[in-house]
Amino acid sequence: MYKRVVQYVAIVLLGCFLYTSLASAADFRASSPAIEQLKKSIKQQHRQLIPFYDSGAVGLTRDGSIILRDANSIPLSQRQTINTLIAAQNQDRNALYREIALANDHPEWEDDIRSTFAQRWIKWAKPGWWYQQADGSWQKK
Amino acid sequence: MMNYNFNLLLLVVVSFFASACVTINIYFPAAAAEKVVDKIIDEVWQIDDDKTDSKDQSGKALKNDDVQDD
Repeated sequence: MYKRVVQYVAIVLLGCFLYTSLASAADFRASSPAIEQLKKSIKQQHRQLIPFYDSGAVGLTRDGSIILRDANSIPLSQRQTINTLIAAQNQDRNALYREIALANDHPEWEDDIRSTFAQRWIKWAKPGWWYQQADGSWQKK
Repeated sequence: MMNYNFNLLLLVVVSFFASACVTINIYFPAAAAEKVVDKIIDEVWQIDDDKTDSKDQSGKALKNDDVQDD
């Protein structure tokens, strides 16, 4: 009888082990029509944003958005345009994080996705671009 | 004997799904997510392309991107 219990436990562990080894190859999905649309839009806006990243007028925040950190460096005539552009970019980024969470059937992952993006945007930022550090201070890359 | 084997198989399957239920809801696959995120950033920031002509916003540049993305 005792031997049989041990066997059962072993089998249960085997089942758990099988699952973990499969799940460690866990896939993370990021494709849906909504995501493709958002990527396209973010890409288009980014082309227009590049000069502002380069000049330091726009910086990458620690929470995965962008912000106008130096309004004075932008001529008055352009400020409205850049503000609209930044707002559109942030709106699309937020929607992208949400849509990726939904594509994985885990809406609660949105914050994890946001913080992953926040770190990776900064990692891939070009030298000379400004980003926000964990303590909130600004740093030039 | 046959019946005993079937029970064992059933146990493996049940524990497989039991751990599936527990695991899936807890962990965010950080490593897998990072890879996917990097790929998306590469796509939307066109890291390779900027060197050549970031100022050219014409349709030609767009077509180039689509080819290079793969």
